Amino acid sequence: MSEQGTESAGDQANEPGAPSSPEQGLGHRPGQQLDELPGDGPGGTPERFTNPGLSPHVPRSADLDEKAARRAERQVATLFSVSMLATVVFLVAYFAIDQKSYTFIPGIGQASLFNIVLGVSLGVSLLCIGLGAVHWAKTLMPDAEVAEDRHPQRSSDEARADAVETIVSGGTASQVGRRRLIKYTLGGALGLFALPLLVQLTGSLGPLPRANLSTTFWRRGMRLVRDPEMTPIKASDVALGSLYHVLPEGIDKSEHVLEEKAKAAVVLISLAPGDIQVPKERDWGVDGIVAYSKICTHVGCPVGLYEHRTHLLLCPCHQSTFDMSRDAEVIFGPANRPLPQLKITVDAQGYLIAAAPFLQPVGPSFWERG
Amino acid sequence: MSPGSAPKGAAGLRADDVPPPEHPKGAKALAGGLAGWVDDRTGTARPTSYLLKKVFPDHWSFMLGEIAMFSLVILLITGTFLTFWFVPSAGQVIYNGSYVPLKGIPMSEAFRSTVDISFDVRGGLIMRQLHHWAALLFTVSITVHMFRVFFTGAFRKPREINWVIGTILSLLAINEGFTGYSLPDDLLSGTGLRAAEGFIQSVPVVGSYMAYFVFGGAFPGEAIIPRLFTVHVLLLPAVIIGLFTAHIVLVAVHKHTQYPGPGKTNDNVVGYPFMPVYLAKSGGFFFIVFGITALMAALVTINPIWMYGPYDPTAGTAGSQPDWYMGFADGALRLFPGFTEFHLFGFTLSLNVFIPSLIVMPLLYTIAGAYPFIESWVTGDKREHHLLDRPRNAPTRTGLGVMAISFYLILFIAAGDDLIAIKLGLSINQIVRTLQVMLIVVPPLAYWVTKRICMSLQRRDRDLVLHGHESGRIVRTAEGSFFEVHEPLPEPERWALVQHETLTPLRLTARVDANGVERKSTRRERLRAKVSSFYFTDGVQSVTPAELTAAHHDGSAREAIETGQDGSDSGSGDQEWVGQLHGGAEERPETDAYASHDDGADPASAP
Repeated sequence: MSEQGTESAGDQANEPGAPSSPEQGLGHRPGQQLDELPGDGPGGTPERFTNPGLSPHVPRSADLDEKAARRAERQVATLFSVSMLATVVFLVAYFAIDQKSYTFIPGIGQASLFNIVLGVSLGVSLLCIGLGAVHWAKTLMPDAEVAEDRHPQRSSDEARADAVETIVSGGTASQVGRRRLIKYTLGGALGLFALPLLVQLTGSLGPLPRANLSTTFWRRGMRLVRDPEMTPIKASDVALGSLYHVLPEGIDKSEHVLEEKAKAAVVLISLAPGDIQVPKERDWGVDGIVAYSKICTHVGCPVGLYEHRTHLLLCPCHQSTFDMSRDAEVIFGPANRPLPQLKITVDAQGYLIAAAPFLQPVGPSFWERG
Repeated sequence: MSPGSAPKGAAGLRADDVPPPEHPKGAKALAGGLAGWVDDRTGTARPTSYLLKKVFPDHWSFMLGEIAMFSLVILLITGTFLTFWFVPSAGQVIYNGSYVPLKGIPMSEAFRSTVDISFDVRGGLIMRQLHHWAALLFTVSITVHMFRVFFTGAFRKPREINWVIGTILSLLAINEGFTGYSLPDDLLSGTGLRAAEGFIQSVPVVGSYMAYFVFGGAFPGEAIIPRLFTVHVLLLPAVIIGLFTAHIVLVAVHKHTQYPGPGKTNDNVVGYPFMPVYLAKSGGFFFIVFGITALMAALVTINPIWMYGPYDPTAGTAGSQPDWYMGFADGALRLFPGFTEFHLFGFTLSLNVFIPSLIVMPLLYTIAGAYPFIESWVTGDKREHHLLDRPRNAPTRTGLGVMAISFYLILFIAAGDDLIAIKLGLSINQIVRTLQVMLIVVPPLAYWVTKRICMSLQRRDRDLVLHGHESGRIVRTAEGSFFEVHEPLPEPERWALVQHETLTPLRLTARVDANGVERKSTRRERLRAKVSSFYFTDGVQSVTPAELTAAHHDGSAREAIETGQDGSDSGSGDQEWVGQLHGGAEERPETDAYASHDDGADPASAP
């Protein structure tokens, strides 16, 4: 090696960024040159151990034995050859294998042969290049460690002074300090120029929400229809304990179907009237059939996991749990508010209809929802 | 130059021409050919040779950052491929491609094109799965690389800026990941976007406005997919590549840190030159990372969006989890209690959503980014550090790091609470309650346990240095007592255990000004002294030569024999065992250098 670490270690022991707090015992820097050997007895014992310097280089078998070196060469060449072979396999497979062919592969199951052959051959071709190169580096390239000196990041004092001088004298030369008018108008202009860009962007990104978040597609008299069949539901068809995913009739014809569905989705649940513990819930339903917003009041996932024996409705995203026998009160999880109830009734033909739109905003909370 | 085929040594046309025997064949052609042409115009010869000669130290943990770098390259390659077929549009179409189960189903163009990439574009699925696996690998390797840098103290001066850049890169990477997996507009990613819209709505006062601006109106709208696409393929990659370049340039400027060891000092870097060793090793490693990612893409399905189906705002699935790197944020959302939503004066303050979704992540990253500055303030250490710490030698830092990881891990586990409940047949309610308690209790505990383990390991190192390796040889002395011979450590091995310095707490010093008036310490100084003593009060000092000498001379159980013959009669048979007479059945005397070292400074360390 060109130099040993310990030889240069002492040079920069007193660099400018030395400990600034005099009150602490920071001890010596690691690697500081110490002449005495440890164990010299009292008086001669250094405060810290000495860096013993790099350990001697141990030659590898390929360094000593040309046969071993040739073996390493063959191994590297084999890896590179396997890589070439794998690339050829990839190219052939790309044209030869039908993309729609599925094969049973042990450990994986039914899988796309095309995908697996392409991927594995690509992987092997890349991997073997890498393994070959690393093996080459480890067996044949020089493995004697070399040391390179470090230098403190800090510039010299002259360089620093020069930089400061350049900036200060440049500023003085421009007269920016003296010409107040320029200084202030420049500040104003630079301060303002970003506004048009900012205003254009924010002003045009989207419309204002206005009352949009507080209203849904539901109107009084709209039929409740099954999602996704869009067929109306007769109150007499609703079996006790069942759950229907429901949308307002005509929502599929609306201008913004997904946006309306994202707010108007409803779950219809049939409870035994005696199980309902909140009078309002019973009054807003039809013989124990109640309708609630399906949009979670936490962050808006569709609430869909219903356990009919416990009357609990669970949100699959963050496990907020609503007790459907207590006006969808939150009994567990991160949501705070109950699901809003949709007041329903039956029309002349016995189909379930909305008796009123939602009386409060559905979905996740926002500041002005009240 | 004469034709390059001229044999070595025959180049001399005149008698005084110096033959170029040092250069291997082709070197001259290189200097005179294209490289010479470029150098004539750019003067890059000197920086090129400087960079090629640059020395890099060898250690497996230095490859973690390389994995991140190489996965980024894989992401750029495969991502560019995907843009040729992906259609970033939320426009609704009816699917009529080759995947039968989805035929006739309405979906967005984004989803249809992703299904097409998976089933109809030849090799498209490999590229998609490569891209997704590389993204997971990218975020994992960044995280683990960050752990390595933290626990070895590699963030210390002069690398604080690079630590901050790395922290920002990590934050950008996970958001780049989120924007990426939201693009296909499948049921899972759409549910993620639905939640994201809920997060934005929860911002106090302006939440609903922000949500309408981001989504271009009501959720889901048709604006979000193209906007996310621009963010994902243009905006964030540009920032990431810019910061990554700065990150790498700073690594070159600072020169790589190295682990302590024989010959390694704070003023050198010991390792192998880039040309040829690291060119081969690092270049080879790129292919290894790429190859393994390709094998994963071939053999392990990732994000099978055709099984989830297109996004429908009324449909949800159980077991919906984000990609792993967003897990901690999702977990925070699950654990944060609902009673933190307030309804005041007709307004809703939804802290149960706002804090875990929009505050926790930036807060954690801010703390991480600020840590080097906090530590350097505590230590008062303004020196450059190029030698890494062994984690055990910085017990408080290591403890704090494990504390942060345990906090993160509990949030991460919480994101899978429903899966845990299903797989293990446990109550989801109990799991959530337990995790809520653990989130508060476990991190401090993890800190304390880790710190104690570090200190024990430091003491073990001291023990090893002072008493050497057990040789397994039992010797009977003339008096008939037995002891085991301990071999002193070889010098290089010992150096690794004794080279570090142990900082002591900053102490307040009553300063006296020019008039002899005592200056009171400020509150800031008192706080600093307090934090400093929290860090360093119970530090375990590394062994000094004096201690080792003392241990050899009087630390043994055979004190009487040794002292009688110390240094005088080197030819005697007993003298042979000086420094090795440890580990006997007898109690250590009070004067034992090892036993008395702690000196009561650390009461908790007493057995």
